Amino acid sequence: MSHIPPDLKYTKTHEWVRRLPDGQLEVGITDHAQEALGDLVFVEVPEPGRTLAVGEAYGVVESVKAASDVYSPLAGSVTAVNTALASAPELINQDPYGRGWLVRMRSDSQQGELLSAADYARVLEAEGE
Amino acid sequence: MAFIPHTPEDVAQMLAAIGVERIEQLFDEIPPALTIGALSEVPEALNEMEIGRLMSERAQLDGRALCFIGAGAYEHHIPAAVWALATRGEYYSAYTPYQAEASQGTLQTIYEFQTMIASLAGLEVANASLYDGASGFAEACLMAVRINRKSRSKRILVARSLHPHYRRVARATVGNQGLTLEEIPYLADCGRTSLEALAAHEGEDIAAIAIQQPNFFGVLEDVDALSSWARARGIAVIAVVNPTSLALLKPPGEWAGRADIAVGEGQPLGVPLSSGGPYFGFMASRLEHVRQMPGRIVGRTLDATGRPGFTLTLQAREQHIRRGKATSNICTNQGLAVTAATIYMSLMGARGLERVAAASHARTHELVDALTRVGGVSRAFEAPFFHECVLTLDRPAGPVLAALAGRGILGGFDLASDYPELGHALSVCATETKTARDIETYAAALAEALRPARAA
Repeated sequence: MSHIPPDLKYTKTHEWVRRLPDGQLEVGITDHAQEALGDLVFVEVPEPGRTLAVGEAYGVVESVKAASDVYSPLAGSVTAVNTALASAPELINQDPYGRGWLVRMRSDSQQGELLSAADYARVLEAEGE
Repeated sequence: MAFIPHTPEDVAQMLAAIGVERIEQLFDEIPPALTIGALSEVPEALNEMEIGRLMSERAQLDGRALCFIGAGAYEHHIPAAVWALATRGEYYSAYTPYQAEASQGTLQTIYEFQTMIASLAGLEVANASLYDGASGFAEACLMAVRINRKSRSKRILVARSLHPHYRRVARATVGNQGLTLEEIPYLADCGRTSLEALAAHEGEDIAAIAIQQPNFFGVLEDVDALSSWARARGIAVIAVVNPTSLALLKPPGEWAGRADIAVGEGQPLGVPLSSGGPYFGFMASRLEHVRQMPGRIVGRTLDATGRPGFTLTLQAREQHIRRGKATSNICTNQGLAVTAATIYMSLMGARGLERVAAASHARTHELVDALTRVGGVSRAFEAPFFHECVLTLDRPAGPVLAALAGRGILGGFDLASDYPELGHALSVCATETKTARDIETYAAALAEALRPARAA
């Protein structure tokens, strides 16, 4: 069973969202997602300032076997991107909920659509993990 | 030999297994109105003897004309060893390697090819080739929009002096993908792309600029100034280049505003004119853009026991994995033509290629000198050229070229339909294959062709 921190919010497409003290949202892909992708070799993140719609594909995580889109969990604008991933994509494999974060964003929309850790665990169960 | 391995019994068995009576039933969803029925224009099949005779008769129709047409395809000497080796059984396939890693020899050849192209272009990486120069240019436009993430536009400024066929193919390919190609005019006196016209786009959001060097007129563009202008404004630079010329000219990777992508037609590297194809396109780029390159890339690696080997790399972006989100619908390469080009380049070496380029340049100067001595012929542009030059006649070029063709001389490329503003213009080219006598023959025939109407 993959690691699902209880204090984060999730999406069905395997992204996680953390609310930072200053109100920004930090976004990444889940432990399950990095596990399924395998060793990451490249991460493509958006330009800071870009406006994203809910569910918009804003980046690509590429492993030795697949290149997958990552989708924005909420509508908002990108305030920062994890530039360390450009030279160290393996950070996502090593620490998906920490140093492997993808982007930070500001969003005015409600987080109501996002899943709790328990809901996300059920999504994984239904997917057969 | 039968190319369809299924016997009628196999087919019957398979149909029985899925509960269908006839194969046609599997295609029921195609409306009958769309099926074509009999192919009335396609003649009956011929046997080997008959087809051999037909093809040699057709080949004779081509004759053995003296060719002074350049315009994107160039007649160069091809050492006999090139095709003797390329047609060996181990190599002789037009296809990209499927079951790639089982084809180590082919992969190594492609790897060598990529290395040579990257080094000619002065850029870090090259792919395994594309269909031809024109489709390569279209792919470069798509790639430029992908790599320029600072730009929100899909606008590309394209020099009007860039090959008109390439511009047309690119427009057809990228038009439906929301890209717009906008023309930058050239200066009437020298045939070079106008920096002033570029300046008119100051402050606009533009994704890329495309320049050809030498340009379609054979003229050398001021690539340093053009590429620097783009670089300073965050505009990606696409260089369309002739591989032979790169033996003498500054490679796109060394232009003052270093090119992001270099593409071109690979035919001059050991591929015969063959009435227009098959040829191959090549593409090189900066390392930072490698993941946005279309097509395939062969990499060198170590196997589980530490032995060096070759592999298809970066496939995760190709169509069979990424489907509609693939960087391109190309996941192949021009196997046979690239094999020939790799052998050609390795036989010529850097020095040999340089000599071919220098000889072609010198021959074209001799040709232009000889032709402009004929009354009614002058140069269209006062500017340095590589191995092509635009000449202006005192009458439409079409009938003159037809008269020359009647004497076994293909005298050049008529520019009337692509560049009507040039008047009665044609572009001419000479390579190392043309002798002083060939040039005299052409000049004499041209003088003859221009005489009667002048007298009349």
